[in-house]
Amino acid sequence: MEFAIETKDLVRVFKPSRKLLKRKKNPNGEGGSGEGPVTALDRVTTQIRQGELFGLLGPNGAGKTTLIKILCTLLLPTSGQAWVAGHDISKDPFPIRERINMVSGGETSGYGLLTTRENVWMFSQFYGVNSKVAKARIDELLHIFGLWDKRDAKVRTLSSGQRQKMNMIRGFVTDPDILFLDEPTLGLDVNASRVIREYVEAWVRKQKGKTVLLTTHYMAEADQMCDRIAIIDRGRILACDTPENLKRTIRHDTTFRLEVDTLRSASAFSGMKGVKNFSSKDDASKNTTSLTFILEDESAVSDILSAVQAQGAKIHYLQKSEPTLEDVFISMVGRGLE
Amino acid sequence: MSATVRRQWRTFKWAAWLGWEMDSNWTEPALFIVYSVVKPVAGAFILVLMYIVFAAIGNYRDPAMFSYIYVGNSFFIFVGSTLFGTFQVIQADREWYQTLRYTYISPISYYTYIVGRAASKVAVGGLAVLITLIFGVFVLGVQFQMTLGSVPIFFVGLVLGLFCLVSIGICLAGVSFMTAKHTHGLAEGIPGIFYVFCGVLFPLTALPGWAQSFGRGIPLTYWFDLTRRLILPPNTIDSGLGFFSDLEILALLLASSLIFFLLSLGIFKLGEYMARKAGKIDMTTSY
Repeated sequence: MEFAIETKDLVRVFKPSRKLLKRKKNPNGEGGSGEGPVTALDRVTTQIRQGELFGLLGPNGAGKTTLIKILCTLLLPTSGQAWVAGHDISKDPFPIRERINMVSGGETSGYGLLTTRENVWMFSQFYGVNSKVAKARIDELLHIFGLWDKRDAKVRTLSSGQRQKMNMIRGFVTDPDILFLDEPTLGLDVNASRVIREYVEAWVRKQKGKTVLLTTHYMAEADQMCDRIAIIDRGRILACDTPENLKRTIRHDTTFRLEVDTLRSASAFSGMKGVKNFSSKDDASKNTTSLTFILEDESAVSDILSAVQAQGAKIHYLQKSEPTLEDVFISMVGRGLE
Repeated sequence: MSATVRRQWRTFKWAAWLGWEMDSNWTEPALFIVYSVVKPVAGAFILVLMYIVFAAIGNYRDPAMFSYIYVGNSFFIFVGSTLFGTFQVIQADREWYQTLRYTYISPISYYTYIVGRAASKVAVGGLAVLITLIFGVFVLGVQFQMTLGSVPIFFVGLVLGLFCLVSIGICLAGVSFMTAKHTHGLAEGIPGIFYVFCGVLFPLTALPGWAQSFGRGIPLTYWFDLTRRLILPPNTIDSGLGFFSDLEILALLLASSLIFFLLSLGIFKLGEYMARKAGKIDMTTSY
């Protein structure tokens, strides 16, 4: 088998429920605005090799979780095909389930009346992991993820971060061939995130044939960990390559970052000569606007500064920087990942 | 043992373990035992009160009728616990514990998983039935008469009755794949229908003709009637099924149980497919 995961023209459309549509109809019988079908995935075609740590980078609502749900056999596509471990996800889900596992970040799943160890143990037994092997693995993972002291604590007493770590252990305890990690570090503190990143990387690199599909909207995480990254937005894969190659696509461009007093409008930068694309983000707590510009022509900086000053805004800093994955994203879609 | 049988057994065993832990582990063991005894005994007193009200209204006392009501209600404990036990698994795992997506993508039979989760409810229900019957016979004077020869038929009937109940519960579970959490009323409404139409509280003959026909279409009616025939002394109450022999009743129960089993497979598969198609397998209700 060449690819661990392969998708071809995968489409997933979510239709609003009839009840919702009925509720949204106005008295004249016209449909409510913005409540039509949502295309979560739009002809997604990709191939992920065995042994690869593959990242899906995109903002919230880009379609990352939908893709993972389809590949994990939780959701059927509207059209198109997908194969995991060589099996069709629509027709043959069972052999896939024997070889995969999934962990979603930012959730607090688990049976509160069971202990941490019991929760993980039960799932290991669903996968038929040998008792001795499961016990040894659970002990090792509890140590690695810093939950050893909580091994006999009821899950209801764990913090949300500790529950998330427990779920990471649940994902690894079955030693899957293909592991889906959906925003695994979401909401975790810096140390816990680092431990997870390091463990995931080591798990893939030190064992032959293990594949990880990681979704994240943390560009540094994707940059640091992934062999290849697909940039996804509004259900479409916009680019797919190694982090270096992706950044190289904008090497002829220049990235400038500015922080200025809150701007009334950023529309002045649209269509400005030399500006390939830009993103702006207001920070209400600091009364500032952060701007990132991808410039085809560096001389456009003077026009930008003039436009900022024309709004009476003070410039806090201006920095020319190396391109990041977020800059690649901005260059493609004209807004940031957050 | 083949891989499929091993997988089914593994699924059942660990699902039953999980169900038991959740049913029994919410308090100290001693308190759990006290609760397990007190609850059915308290239920028995409610039956006594119901009988007293009926007797007062009808100005009529019949120990055979009290035994009829008492035994029917005792075994009805299985209905409530089993149906609720099977129906609530998907809702609870999806909405409260948020584990459904992980259980669903594991290499188990999800149908068997639900049966396993319901097993502990059946066990707890069985204990409650036993306590209720013992309390009824020794404290409330419920007539009890069972010959040794009736014991095998009684247990075959019990197994078939429970099998049928679990099948009906799985049908409801299949429906619950597509429903939001507030539909737990379904698991309470369906037993309510059975309570009225299956001869639990009063004989089928007390119902109008159409309701009697409806009651005869529900396998539990035969189970309750068979159980009463086997553990109560002969009486003059017309259950509406008197023209069937014990073995004929057993055969009807077997046939209807098989029908409900096949229905449960179909409805469960359909519900699962529709939920996977609609994206509702791991849906949580945000209210």
